[in-house]
Amino acid sequence: MSIKGKAAISGFAEMPPQKGAGNITPLGIIANMAREAIADAGLEKSDIDGLLTGWALSDYSVLWPSVVADYLQIRPTYFNQVELGGASAAGMVWRAAAAIEAGMCNTVLCVVGDRRARARQMPPFPSIEAEFDAPYGLIAANPGYALIAQRHKYEYDTTAEQMAKVAVDQRKSACQNPSALFGNKEIDIDDVLNSRMIVDPLHLLEIVSPCTGGGAFIVTSTERAKDGPHRPVVLLGAGEAGGHSSITHARSLTTSLVKPAAEAAFHMAGVTPQDMDFVQPYDCYTITVIVTLEDAGFCEKGEGGRFVEDHDLSYAGDFPCNTHGGQLSFGQPGLAGGMSHVIEGARQLMGRGEGRQVKDASIGYVNGNGGIMAEQCSLVLGV
Amino acid sequence: MGDYNKPLPHPNEISQPFWDAAKRHELQIQRCNACGTHIFYPREACSECLAADLIWIPVSGKGKLYSYTIAQAPTHPAFADDVPYVIAIVELEEGPHITTNLVGCQPDQVTIGMPVVASFEDVNAEMTLVKFRPE
Repeated sequence: MSIKGKAAISGFAEMPPQKGAGNITPLGIIANMAREAIADAGLEKSDIDGLLTGWALSDYSVLWPSVVADYLQIRPTYFNQVELGGASAAGMVWRAAAAIEAGMCNTVLCVVGDRRARARQMPPFPSIEAEFDAPYGLIAANPGYALIAQRHKYEYDTTAEQMAKVAVDQRKSACQNPSALFGNKEIDIDDVLNSRMIVDPLHLLEIVSPCTGGGAFIVTSTERAKDGPHRPVVLLGAGEAGGHSSITHARSLTTSLVKPAAEAAFHMAGVTPQDMDFVQPYDCYTITVIVTLEDAGFCEKGEGGRFVEDHDLSYAGDFPCNTHGGQLSFGQPGLAGGMSHVIEGARQLMGRGEGRQVKDASIGYVNGNGGIMAEQCSLVLGV
Repeated sequence: MGDYNKPLPHPNEISQPFWDAAKRHELQIQRCNACGTHIFYPREACSECLAADLIWIPVSGKGKLYSYTIAQAPTHPAFADDVPYVIAIVELEEGPHITTNLVGCQPDQVTIGMPVVASFEDVNAEMTLVKFRPE
Protein backbone atom coordinates (compact mmCIF):
# COMPACT_ATOMS: atom_id res chain seq x y z
CA MET A 1 0.00 0.00 0.00
CA SER A 2 1.28 3.45 -0.87
CA ILE A 3 -0.17 6.91 -0.44
CA LYS A 4 1.31 7.93 -3.79
CA GLY A 5 -1.25 9.92 -5.76
CA LYS A 6 -4.05 9.29 -3.28
CA ALA A 7 -4.47 12.76 -1.79
CA ALA A 8 -4.03 16.36 -2.87
CA ILE A 9 -3.80 19.88 -1.57
CA SER A 10 -6.98 21.57 -2.81
CA GLY A 11 -6.70 25.04 -1.29
CA PHE A 12 -4.61 27.20 1.00
CA ALA A 13 -4.39 30.50 2.85
CA GLU A 14 -1.42 32.49 4.04
CA MET A 15 -1.14 35.53 6.26
CA PRO A 16 1.49 38.07 5.20
CA PRO A 17 4.15 37.98 7.93
CA GLN A 18 4.24 40.95 10.29
CA LYS A 19 7.37 42.14 12.02
CA GLY A 20 5.83 42.96 15.39
CA ALA A 21 3.74 40.77 17.67
CA GLY A 22 0.55 42.16 16.12
CA ASN A 23 -2.79 42.64 17.81
CA ILE A 24 -3.88 39.05 17.28
CA THR A 25 -3.49 35.75 19.11
CA PRO A 26 -2.28 32.49 17.55
CA LEU A 27 -5.81 31.11 17.79
CA GLY A 28 -7.16 34.19 16.05
CA ILE A 29 -4.65 33.70 13.24
CA ILE A 30 -5.59 30.01 13.04
CA ALA A 31 -9.30 30.92 12.73
CA ASN A 32 -8.57 33.39 9.94
CA MET A 33 -6.40 30.89 8.08
CA ALA A 34 -8.99 28.12 8.50
CA ARG A 35 -11.81 30.30 7.16
CA GLU A 36 -9.76 31.44 4.16
CA ALA A 37 -8.34 28.02 3.29
CA ILE A 38 -11.73 26.30 3.51
CA ALA A 39 -13.19 28.95 1.19
CA ASP A 40 -10.19 28.71 -1.13
CA ALA A 41 -10.83 24.98 -1.52
CA GLY A 42 -14.51 25.67 -2.28
CA LEU A 43 -15.63 23.90 0.89
CA GLU A 44 -17.77 24.57 3.97
CA LYS A 45 -16.56 24.27 7.55
CA SER A 46 -18.80 21.21 7.91
CA ASP A 47 -16.73 19.42 5.25
CA ILE A 48 -13.71 19.39 7.58
CA ASP A 49 -13.42 16.09 9.46
CA GLY A 50 -9.67 16.02 10.03
CA LEU A 51 -7.38 18.47 11.83
CA LEU A 52 -3.61 18.66 11.98
CA THR A 53 -1.99 21.52 13.77
CA GLY A 54 1.29 22.43 15.38
CA TRP A 55 2.21 24.30 18.51
CA ALA A 56 2.49 28.03 18.71
CA LEU A 57 5.56 29.27 20.53
CA SER A 58 3.49 32.12 21.93
CA ASP A 59 0.56 30.03 23.24
CA TYR A 60 2.12 26.78 24.31
CA SER A 61 -0.01 24.20 26.06
CA VAL A 62 -0.78 20.53 26.24
CA LEU A 63 -3.82 19.20 24.34
CA TRP A 64 -3.37 21.85 21.66
CA PRO A 65 -5.32 19.99 18.92
CA SER A 66 -8.41 20.05 21.13
CA VAL A 67 -7.86 23.71 21.93
CA VAL A 68 -7.87 24.42 18.19
CA ALA A 69 -10.89 22.17 17.49
CA ASP A 70 -12.79 23.91 20.28
CA TYR A 71 -11.89 27.39 19.04
CA LEU A 72 -12.95 26.54 15.48
CA GLN A 73 -15.91 24.43 16.67
CA ILE A 74 -15.11 21.58 14.33
CA ARG A 75 -15.58 17.90 15.16
CA PRO A 76 -12.70 15.97 13.67
CA THR A 77 -12.70 12.18 13.43
CA TYR A 78 -8.92 12.34 13.04
CA PHE A 79 -6.82 15.00 14.78
CA ASN A 80 -3.39 15.46 16.15
CA GLN A 81 -0.45 17.77 16.65
CA VAL A 82 2.51 17.34 14.34
CA GLU A 83 5.56 18.13 16.45
CA LEU A 84 8.46 18.18 14.02
CA GLY A 85 9.50 21.82 14.37
CA GLY A 86 9.96 23.38 10.97
CA ALA A 87 9.18 20.05 9.30
CA SER A 88 5.70 19.97 10.85
CA ALA A 89 3.86 21.38 7.82
CA ALA A 90 5.48 18.99 5.35
CA GLY A 91 4.81 16.20 7.85
CA MET A 92 1.13 17.16 7.93
CA VAL A 93 0.74 16.57 4.18
CA TRP A 94 1.57 12.88 4.22
CA ARG A 95 -0.09 12.25 7.59
CA ALA A 96 -3.30 13.73 6.21
CA ALA A 97 -2.98 11.61 3.07
CA ALA A 98 -2.39 8.48 5.16
CA ALA A 99 -5.37 9.18 7.41
CA ILE A 100 -7.61 9.73 4.38
CA GLU A 101 -6.32 6.58 2.68
CA ALA A 102 -6.90 4.65 5.92
CA GLY A 103 -10.51 5.79 5.98
CA MET A 104 -10.25 7.82 9.17
CA CYS A 105 -11.48 11.05 7.57
CA ASN A 106 -12.09 12.71 4.20
CA THR A 107 -10.82 16.27 4.37
CA VAL A 108 -8.08 17.53 6.64
CA LEU A 109 -7.46 21.12 7.68
CA CYS A 110 -3.74 21.64 8.30
CA VAL A 111 -3.21 24.93 10.09
CA VAL A 112 -0.64 26.83 12.14
CA GLY A 113 -0.38 30.37 13.42
CA ASP A 114 2.05 32.11 15.70
CA ARG A 115 3.00 35.53 16.87
CA ARG A 116 6.53 36.69 17.31
CA ALA A 117 7.78 34.80 20.32
CA ARG A 118 9.18 36.53 23.32
CA ALA A 119 11.87 34.63 25.15
CA ARG A 120 9.75 34.07 28.26
CA GLN A 121 7.05 32.39 26.20
CA MET A 122 9.35 29.83 24.67
CA PRO A 123 8.57 26.23 25.54
CA PRO A 124 11.25 24.50 27.58
CA PHE A 125 13.96 22.88 25.55
CA PRO A 126 15.08 19.31 26.12
CA SER A 127 16.58 18.66 29.54
CA ILE A 128 19.65 16.98 28.02
CA GLU A 129 20.43 20.14 26.04
CA ALA A 130 19.68 22.38 29.02
CA GLU A 131 22.27 20.41 30.97
CA PHE A 132 25.01 19.81 28.42
CA ASP A 133 24.66 22.50 25.70
CA ALA A 134 23.16 25.64 27.25
CA PRO A 135 25.92 26.19 29.86
CA TYR A 136 28.33 26.69 26.96
CA GLY A 137 26.05 29.03 25.02
CA LEU A 138 24.84 26.44 22.49
CA ILE A 139 21.29 27.76 22.76
CA ALA A 140 18.52 27.93 20.13
CA ALA A 141 19.29 27.55 16.45
CA ASN A 142 21.91 30.16 15.48
CA PRO A 143 25.05 28.56 16.93
CA GLY A 144 23.95 25.06 15.89
CA TYR A 145 23.73 26.01 12.23
CA ALA A 146 26.98 27.97 12.52
CA LEU A 147 28.69 24.75 13.67
CA ILE A 148 27.32 23.04 10.54
CA ALA A 149 28.43 25.88 8.27
CA GLN A 150 31.95 25.94 9.75
CA ARG A 151 32.38 22.21 9.30
CA HIS A 152 30.98 22.38 5.75
CA LYS A 153 33.51 25.09 4.88
CA TYR A 154 36.27 22.90 6.35
CA GLU A 155 35.28 19.68 4.57
CA TYR A 156 34.28 21.11 1.18
CA ASP A 157 35.88 24.57 0.87
CA THR A 158 32.43 26.16 0.72
CA THR A 159 32.89 29.94 0.65
CA ALA A 160 31.17 32.83 2.37
CA GLU A 161 30.24 34.21 -1.06
CA GLN A 162 28.55 30.95 -2.05
CA MET A 163 26.46 30.88 1.11
CA ALA A 164 25.56 34.56 0.65
CA LYS A 165 24.33 33.91 -2.89
CA VAL A 166 21.43 31.85 -1.53
CA ALA A 167 20.10 34.91 0.27
CA VAL A 168 20.75 37.15 -2.73
CA ASP A 169 18.93 34.99 -5.28
CA GLN A 170 15.99 34.27 -3.01
CA ARG A 171 15.61 38.01 -2.37
CA LYS A 172 15.02 38.48 -6.11
CA SER A 173 11.95 36.26 -5.83
CA ALA A 174 10.85 37.97 -2.61
CA CYS A 175 10.73 41.24 -4.53
CA GLN A 176 7.94 39.64 -6.59
CA ASN A 177 6.07 38.54 -3.46
CA PRO A 178 3.91 41.28 -1.94
CA SER A 179 3.62 39.23 1.28
CA ALA A 180 7.37 38.97 1.90
CA LEU A 181 8.66 40.73 4.99
CA PHE A 182 11.83 41.75 3.13
CA GLY A 183 10.55 42.15 -0.42
CA ASN A 184 11.15 45.76 -1.25
CA LYS A 185 14.84 45.84 -2.09
CA GLU A 186 17.23 43.48 -3.82
CA ILE A 187 20.56 42.75 -2.14
CA ASP A 188 23.96 41.69 -3.41
CA ILE A 189 26.67 39.45 -2.02
CA ASP A 190 28.51 42.39 -0.45
CA ASP A 191 25.34 43.41 1.38
CA VAL A 192 25.22 39.96 2.96
CA LEU A 193 28.92 39.80 3.80
CA ASN A 194 28.88 43.35 5.18
CA SER A 195 25.90 42.64 7.41
CA ARG A 196 26.75 42.04 11.06
CA MET A 197 28.50 38.78 11.88
CA ILE A 198 26.26 37.01 14.41
CA VAL A 199 27.72 33.53 14.87
CA ASP A 200 30.76 33.15 12.63
CA PRO A 201 30.46 32.25 9.75
CA LEU A 202 26.78 33.30 9.62
CA HIS A 203 25.93 36.97 8.97
CA LEU A 204 22.69 38.70 9.87
CA LEU A 205 21.31 38.42 6.31
CA GLU A 206 21.89 34.65 6.36
CA ILE A 207 19.57 34.19 9.35
CA VAL A 208 15.76 34.17 9.42
CA SER A 209 13.81 36.85 11.21
CA PRO A 210 11.11 35.72 13.64
CA CYS A 211 7.73 37.34 13.00
CA THR A 212 3.97 36.95 13.31
CA GLY A 213 2.01 34.98 10.74
CA GLY A 214 0.14 31.84 9.84
CA GLY A 215 -0.93 29.51 7.11
CA ALA A 216 -3.32 26.70 6.31
CA PHE A 217 -3.96 24.17 3.58
CA ILE A 218 -6.62 21.58 2.87
CA VAL A 219 -5.75 17.96 2.06
CA THR A 220 -8.44 15.72 0.64
CA SER A 221 -8.63 12.69 -1.65
CA THR A 222 -7.38 13.36 -5.16
CA GLU A 223 -10.82 12.40 -6.46
CA ARG A 224 -12.62 14.84 -4.19
CA ALA A 225 -10.07 17.58 -4.92
CA LYS A 226 -11.05 17.46 -8.59
CA ASP A 227 -14.41 19.02 -7.61
CA GLY A 228 -12.64 22.11 -6.22
CA PRO A 229 -11.88 25.39 -7.94
CA HIS A 230 -8.14 24.74 -8.31
CA ARG A 231 -5.92 22.17 -9.97
CA PRO A 232 -5.36 19.51 -7.30
CA VAL A 233 -1.76 19.44 -6.11
CA VAL A 234 -1.18 15.73 -5.74
CA LEU A 235 1.15 14.19 -3.17
CA LEU A 236 3.37 11.95 -5.30
CA GLY A 237 6.03 11.09 -2.75
CA ALA A 238 6.93 11.62 0.88
CA GLY A 239 9.84 10.66 3.08
CA GLU A 240 10.76 11.46 6.66
CA ALA A 241 13.85 11.01 8.80
CA GLY A 242 15.09 11.75 12.31
CA GLY A 243 17.65 10.56 14.81
CA HIS A 244 19.25 13.34 16.84
CA SER A 245 18.22 16.30 18.95
CA SER A 246 21.34 18.25 19.96
CA ILE A 247 23.46 18.91 16.88
CA THR A 248 26.49 17.80 18.91
CA HIS A 249 25.16 14.24 18.73
CA ALA A 250 24.18 14.20 15.05
CA ARG A 251 25.98 11.41 13.21
CA SER A 252 27.34 14.00 10.80
CA LEU A 253 27.26 17.78 10.70
CA THR A 254 27.48 17.94 6.93
CA THR A 255 25.52 14.94 5.63
CA SER A 256 22.03 15.39 6.97
CA LEU A 257 18.85 13.41 7.43
CA VAL A 258 17.57 15.08 4.26
CA LYS A 259 19.32 12.26 2.40
CA PRO A 260 17.10 9.38 3.55
CA ALA A 261 13.99 11.60 3.58
CA ALA A 262 14.48 12.81 0.02
CA GLU A 263 15.49 9.38 -1.26
CA ALA A 264 12.25 7.95 0.12
CA ALA A 265 10.17 10.76 -1.38
CA PHE A 266 11.70 10.44 -4.85
CA HIS A 267 11.49 6.65 -4.68
CA MET A 268 7.78 6.74 -3.83
CA ALA A 269 7.12 9.23 -6.62
CA GLY A 270 9.22 7.28 -9.11
CA VAL A 271 11.07 10.39 -10.23
CA THR A 272 14.52 11.92 -9.81
CA PRO A 273 15.68 15.30 -8.51
CA GLN A 274 16.48 16.27 -12.08
CA ASP A 275 12.77 15.98 -12.96
CA MET A 276 11.82 18.87 -10.64
CA ASP A 277 10.61 22.19 -12.08
CA PHE A 278 11.34 23.98 -8.80
CA VAL A 279 12.44 23.32 -5.23
CA GLN A 280 11.18 24.81 -1.95
CA PRO A 281 13.78 23.70 0.64
CA TYR A 282 13.50 24.91 4.24
CA ASP A 283 15.91 27.81 4.63
CA CYS A 284 16.30 28.94 8.22
CA TYR A 285 19.91 29.79 7.22
CA THR A 286 21.80 29.93 3.93
CA ILE A 287 23.80 26.82 4.83
CA THR A 288 20.54 24.88 5.29
CA VAL A 289 19.76 25.28 1.58
CA ILE A 290 23.24 24.18 0.49
CA VAL A 291 23.21 21.04 2.66
CA THR A 292 19.63 20.23 1.62
CA LEU A 293 20.33 20.52 -2.12
CA GLU A 294 23.33 18.21 -1.76
CA ASP A 295 21.58 15.60 0.35
CA ALA A 296 18.40 15.64 -1.76
CA GLY A 297 20.56 14.80 -4.77
CA PHE A 298 20.46 17.99 -6.81
CA CYS A 299 24.26 17.96 -6.83
CA GLU A 300 27.09 15.85 -5.43
CA LYS A 301 27.95 15.98 -1.73
CA GLY A 302 30.20 18.96 -1.12
CA GLU A 303 29.28 20.65 -4.39
CA GLY A 304 26.39 22.67 -2.96
CA GLY A 305 28.38 25.88 -2.73
CA ARG A 306 29.53 25.65 -6.31
CA PHE A 307 26.02 24.59 -7.40
CA VAL A 308 24.35 27.71 -6.03
CA GLU A 309 27.16 29.79 -7.49
CA ASP A 310 26.59 28.29 -10.95
CA HIS A 311 22.78 28.56 -10.99
CA ASP A 312 20.26 31.37 -10.81
CA LEU A 313 17.99 30.37 -7.90
CA SER A 314 15.40 33.07 -8.54
CA TYR A 315 11.89 32.26 -9.80
CA ALA A 316 13.00 33.20 -13.34
CA GLY A 317 16.32 31.38 -13.13
CA ASP A 318 17.49 27.96 -14.31
CA PHE A 319 16.98 26.47 -10.82
CA PRO A 320 13.99 28.11 -9.12
CA CYS A 321 14.53 27.72 -5.37
CA ASN A 322 12.22 29.14 -2.70
CA THR A 323 10.21 31.21 -5.12
CA HIS A 324 8.40 33.06 -2.31
CA GLY A 325 11.76 34.43 -1.22
CA GLY A 326 12.40 31.68 1.27
CA GLN A 327 11.98 32.31 4.96
CA LEU A 328 15.16 34.38 4.78
CA SER A 329 13.19 37.06 2.92
CA PHE A 330 9.58 36.01 3.58
CA GLY A 331 10.02 35.82 7.37
CA GLN A 332 9.71 32.99 9.89
CA PRO A 333 6.33 33.09 11.63
CA GLY A 334 6.93 30.09 13.91
CA LEU A 335 5.77 26.84 12.36
CA ALA A 336 4.10 28.83 9.58
CA GLY A 337 7.64 29.37 8.32
CA GLY A 338 7.82 25.72 7.36
CA MET A 339 4.29 25.92 6.02
CA SER A 340 5.33 28.68 3.63
CA HIS A 341 7.37 26.17 1.58
CA VAL A 342 4.42 23.77 1.25
CA ILE A 343 2.04 26.57 0.33
CA GLU A 344 4.44 28.06 -2.20
CA GLY A 345 4.86 24.64 -3.80
CA ALA A 346 1.08 24.30 -4.08
CA ARG A 347 0.74 27.86 -5.32
CA GLN A 348 3.23 27.31 -8.13
CA LEU A 349 1.63 24.03 -9.19
CA MET A 350 -1.84 25.58 -9.22
CA GLY A 351 -0.44 28.30 -11.48
CA ARG A 352 -1.15 31.02 -8.92
CA GLY A 353 2.41 32.35 -8.64
CA GLU A 354 1.51 35.65 -10.33
CA GLY A 355 4.65 37.78 -10.77
CA ARG A 356 6.90 34.94 -9.64
CA GLN A 357 5.22 32.05 -11.45
CA VAL A 358 7.65 29.38 -12.65
CA LYS A 359 6.77 28.73 -16.28
CA ASP A 360 5.03 25.38 -16.93
CA ALA A 361 5.63 24.12 -13.40
CA SER A 362 4.12 20.65 -13.05
CA ILE A 363 6.25 18.94 -10.40
CA GLY A 364 8.30 20.22 -7.50
CA TYR A 365 10.26 19.29 -4.38
CA VAL A 366 9.44 20.62 -0.91
CA ASN A 367 11.51 20.02 2.21
CA GLY A 368 10.66 20.70 5.82
CA ASN A 369 13.43 20.84 8.42
CA GLY A 370 13.02 21.00 12.18
CA GLY A 371 15.40 21.73 15.02
CA ILE A 372 19.06 21.69 14.08
CA MET A 373 18.63 19.50 10.98
CA ALA A 374 16.94 17.05 13.36
CA GLU A 375 13.60 16.45 11.62
CA GLN A 376 13.38 16.15 7.86
CA CYS A 377 10.30 15.67 5.73
CA SER A 378 10.62 15.71 1.95
CA LEU A 379 7.68 15.87 -0.46
CA VAL A 380 7.25 15.53 -4.20
CA LEU A 381 4.14 17.39 -5.34
CA GLY A 382 2.74 17.42 -8.85
CA VAL A 383 -0.24 18.26 -11.05
CA MET B 1 31.91 33.66 41.71
CA GLY B 2 28.63 33.97 43.60
CA ASP B 3 27.03 36.12 40.95
CA TYR B 4 27.47 33.71 38.04
CA ASN B 5 24.31 34.26 35.99
CA LYS B 6 24.76 32.08 32.88
CA PRO B 7 22.71 28.91 32.43
CA LEU B 8 23.92 26.17 34.76
CA PRO B 9 23.47 22.41 34.56
CA HIS B 10 20.88 20.89 36.85
CA PRO B 11 22.24 17.38 37.30
CA ASN B 12 19.95 14.45 37.96
CA GLU B 13 20.72 11.07 39.55
CA ILE B 14 22.06 9.74 36.28
CA SER B 15 24.30 12.65 35.33
CA GLN B 16 25.57 13.55 38.82
CA PRO B 17 28.75 11.41 38.55
CA PHE B 18 29.83 13.41 35.48
CA TRP B 19 29.58 16.71 37.36
CA ASP B 20 31.09 15.26 40.53
CA ALA B 21 34.11 14.20 38.48
CA ALA B 22 34.30 17.63 36.83
CA LYS B 23 34.40 19.18 40.27
CA ARG B 24 37.49 17.09 40.97
CA HIS B 25 38.85 18.30 37.58
CA GLU B 26 38.50 14.85 36.06
CA LEU B 27 36.66 13.89 32.91
CA GLN B 28 34.56 10.76 33.24
CA ILE B 29 32.11 9.31 30.75
CA GLN B 30 30.17 6.08 30.62
CA ARG B 31 31.07 2.82 28.90
CA CYS B 32 28.76 -0.05 28.08
CA ASN B 33 29.75 -3.29 29.79
CA ALA B 34 27.83 -5.27 27.18
CA CYS B 35 29.20 -3.85 23.91
CA GLY B 36 32.10 -1.61 24.96
CA THR B 37 30.73 1.60 23.44
CA HIS B 38 31.77 4.85 25.08
CA ILE B 39 28.72 6.97 25.87
CA PHE B 40 28.17 10.69 26.23
CA TYR B 41 25.77 12.28 27.42
CA PRO B 42 24.99 10.25 30.55
CA ARG B 43 22.24 7.70 30.09
CA GLU B 44 20.63 4.76 31.82
CA ALA B 45 20.97 2.52 28.78
CA CYS B 46 23.59 2.14 26.07
CA SER B 47 22.86 4.22 22.98
CA GLU B 48 24.05 1.38 20.74
CA CYS B 49 22.73 -1.86 22.25
CA LEU B 50 20.29 -0.43 24.87
CA ALA B 51 21.84 -2.62 27.59
CA ALA B 52 21.24 -1.08 31.02
CA ASP B 53 24.79 -1.93 32.05
CA LEU B 54 26.85 1.26 31.96
CA ILE B 55 29.86 2.07 34.11
CA TRP B 56 31.67 5.35 34.70
CA ILE B 57 35.30 5.47 33.59
CA PRO B 58 37.97 8.18 33.62
CA VAL B 59 39.02 9.26 30.13
CA SER B 60 42.05 11.16 28.87
CA GLY B 61 40.32 14.50 28.35
CA LYS B 62 42.09 14.70 25.01
CA GLY B 63 40.35 15.18 21.71
CA LYS B 64 40.13 17.15 18.51
CA LEU B 65 38.09 20.20 17.63
CA TYR B 66 35.28 18.89 15.43
CA SER B 67 33.58 22.21 14.72
CA TYR B 68 33.19 25.64 16.27
CA THR B 69 31.53 29.00 15.95
CA ILE B 70 32.72 32.34 17.22
CA ALA B 71 29.73 34.07 18.80
CA GLN B 72 30.04 37.72 17.80
CA ALA B 73 26.61 38.39 19.28
CA PRO B 74 25.56 36.73 22.54
CA THR B 75 23.60 33.50 22.07
CA HIS B 76 21.89 34.28 25.41
CA PRO B 77 21.81 37.66 27.18
CA ALA B 78 23.90 36.33 30.07
CA PHE B 79 26.85 35.78 27.70
CA ALA B 80 26.96 39.44 26.59
CA ASP B 81 30.22 40.22 28.41
CA ASP B 82 31.97 37.18 26.91
CA VAL B 83 31.66 38.21 23.24
CA PRO B 84 33.50 37.05 21.22
CA TYR B 85 33.50 33.49 22.61
CA VAL B 86 34.00 30.12 20.99
CA ILE B 87 31.26 27.49 21.13
CA ALA B 88 32.69 24.16 20.05
CA ILE B 89 32.09 20.48 19.54
CA VAL B 90 35.03 18.33 20.63
CA GLU B 91 35.49 14.76 19.47
CA LEU B 92 36.96 12.90 22.43
CA GLU B 93 39.73 10.36 21.83
CA GLU B 94 37.27 7.71 22.96
CA GLY B 95 34.76 8.73 20.26
CA PRO B 96 31.86 10.68 21.76
CA HIS B 97 31.24 14.33 20.90
CA ILE B 98 30.79 16.93 23.62
CA THR B 99 29.59 20.54 23.56
CA THR B 100 32.02 22.98 25.13
CA ASN B 101 33.79 26.31 24.94
CA LEU B 102 37.31 26.60 23.62
CA VAL B 103 39.37 28.74 25.99
CA GLY B 104 43.00 29.82 26.19
CA CYS B 105 43.10 30.59 22.49
CA GLN B 106 42.43 33.70 20.40
CA PRO B 107 39.33 33.19 18.25
CA ASP B 108 41.34 33.77 15.05
CA GLN B 109 43.73 30.94 16.03
CA VAL B 110 41.00 28.31 16.16
CA THR B 111 41.12 25.58 13.51
CA ILE B 112 39.04 22.46 13.03
CA GLY B 113 41.06 19.36 13.85
CA MET B 114 43.34 21.08 16.38
CA PRO B 115 44.27 18.89 19.37
CA VAL B 116 42.56 20.04 22.56
CA VAL B 117 42.45 18.96 26.18
CA ALA B 118 39.86 19.37 28.91
CA SER B 119 40.20 22.47 31.07
CA PHE B 120 37.98 22.72 34.11
CA GLU B 121 36.33 25.97 35.14
CA ASP B 122 34.92 26.29 38.64
CA VAL B 123 32.07 28.68 37.97
CA ASN B 124 30.70 28.73 41.53
CA ALA B 125 31.05 26.78 44.75
CA GLU B 126 28.96 23.90 43.45
CA MET B 127 29.57 23.64 39.73
CA THR B 128 32.53 23.08 37.45
CA LEU B 129 32.10 23.29 33.68
CA VAL B 130 34.16 21.19 31.27
CA LYS B 131 35.85 23.48 28.79
CA PHE B 132 38.72 22.69 26.44
CA ARG B 133 41.96 24.45 25.53
CA PRO B 134 44.61 23.82 22.87
CA GLU B 135 46.81 20.89 23.89
